[in-house]
Amino acid sequence: MAFLDKHAILEKSPTLLLVASLLVVTVGGIVEIAPLFWLENTIEKVEGVRPYSPLELTGRDIYVREGCYVCHSQMIRPMRDEVERYGHYSLAAESMYDHPHQWGSKRTGPDIARVGGRYSDAWHVDHLSDPQSVVPESIMPKYAFLADTPLKSDYIQALLRTHRFVGVPYSDEMIELAPADLRAQADPDSDVDGVLERYPGAAVANFDGQPGLTEMDALIAYLQVLGTMVDFSTFTPDASR
Amino acid sequence: MADKKKTDEVSGVETTGHSWDGIEELNNPLPRWWLWTLYMTIIWGIGYTIAYPAWPMVSGATQGLLGWSTRANVVRSIEEHEALNAGLVSQLVAVDMDALSDDTDLLRYAVARGSSVFKANCSQCHGSGAAGAKGYPNLLDNDWLWGGSLSEIAYSVRHGIRNDTDTDARFSQMPAFGEILEDADIDALVEQVLALSGQDHDQAAAARGAVLFEENCAACHGETGTGDRAQGAPNLADEIWLYGADRETLKTTISMARFGVMPAWGQRLNEPDIRAVAAFVHGLGGGENPAGLDPN
Repeated sequence: MAFLDKHAILEKSPTLLLVASLLVVTVGGIVEIAPLFWLENTIEKVEGVRPYSPLELTGRDIYVREGCYVCHSQMIRPMRDEVERYGHYSLAAESMYDHPHQWGSKRTGPDIARVGGRYSDAWHVDHLSDPQSVVPESIMPKYAFLADTPLKSDYIQALLRTHRFVGVPYSDEMIELAPADLRAQADPDSDVDGVLERYPGAAVANFDGQPGLTEMDALIAYLQVLGTMVDFSTFTPDASR
Repeated sequence: MADKKKTDEVSGVETTGHSWDGIEELNNPLPRWWLWTLYMTIIWGIGYTIAYPAWPMVSGATQGLLGWSTRANVVRSIEEHEALNAGLVSQLVAVDMDALSDDTDLLRYAVARGSSVFKANCSQCHGSGAAGAKGYPNLLDNDWLWGGSLSEIAYSVRHGIRNDTDTDARFSQMPAFGEILEDADIDALVEQVLALSGQDHDQAAAARGAVLFEENCAACHGETGTGDRAQGAPNLADEIWLYGADRETLKTTISMARFGVMPAWGQRLNEPDIRAVAAFVHGLGGGENPAGLDPN
């Protein structure tokens, strides 16, 4: 075991020890992280997942800002109880345009990975404004101020560009038309064909039911798209994942 | 450093031979059982990564010899539990909804199953006790907007109400009379609605409102305000109100109109769940038989 006795060399040179430690940790990093960048099956290819529309993306920022993720996860795990309560288990592809993702398993509130379309817009307004008015046993705080806060969308193009920088496939057209698309999605009377062409399946509605664009509009637009992009009637799971 | 190994005088234990500024280190070897347990966990770990999906390769990860799959497991788990009630489930899917109340055993299963479906999916709007809330109908009473028989309730659950996602959704839209009538006329209509439902009202205004009601409202709500389920027009002559029966709320309702939306649950729930939750709601107290007659 003469080789094992050589440890004295490492132990007596701090620099050498540091370099060697780094090498050891690097091996672990390479084995655990690096394959994610080349393995084709890391993100299963599924139809329907698209980048968030400008209004949804803005709503998502409000979701993150208000810390909704502290109580609500967006990850339905492949377990019977979760699938029967929330719907089909989440796929990696469904959050591939999430930066950062909203996964988790700590649920002070329910998982909302598939909350989209589950309730009416009016319910979301009632519930966000005063959760106890519709769910008396709820411990969720009130977010009524969202309906009184005009939506700031000055930086919507920069926001889309930032997301494109980290890999979300926003086209030049999407970025150019973002301010108009953002307003059109919350106004059913406007010309929404472009929005629906660029962001198929986006819900177009005056989400908060009042004139003007508020943070409530954006947040509800985001909530209403969650988990709705993939058509699971045409999805065949690969059991090997 | 690197001195020869020697035996420590105080403890009688051999030293490792290391000496740092005169401080030496005793060489107390690890207990054998501990060391062998460590080796065993290493061997077990290797076996584990062979048996289960583990090592990343060029185009995918190793699948493991046992063929373990989370996805297959969840599907199997759900199928196993469905299989436990397979007989009842197939009967429930096949039965004529309106005949369900004649089959006591099947009805008992449907109501129990529907109770779970209701708690997970319906209670958020209709309340955990199904008593509803302002804007979300009470399901405990016998006042139905669209019909209270088993098949009608199942239809409402399956297709929903005024949603954009199901073309068969129940749909009706009251005009916003604030854009059509003068403010004073709406006030008169409010008095007439109060009169129809037997509440305190201004008789002179109600008399004027009665004419307006005949012209604008009776086509859907009926001449005496008893409503029309075919159009989802609420009964205005009873004491059950979805949004409220005070003057202010009535004025808002007439001026702005209401547009309650219910999602199409046929797109989320499976067939036995839809039928089960309809049976549960039907059994809450207000369920009607197909002819709309008193079940007793």
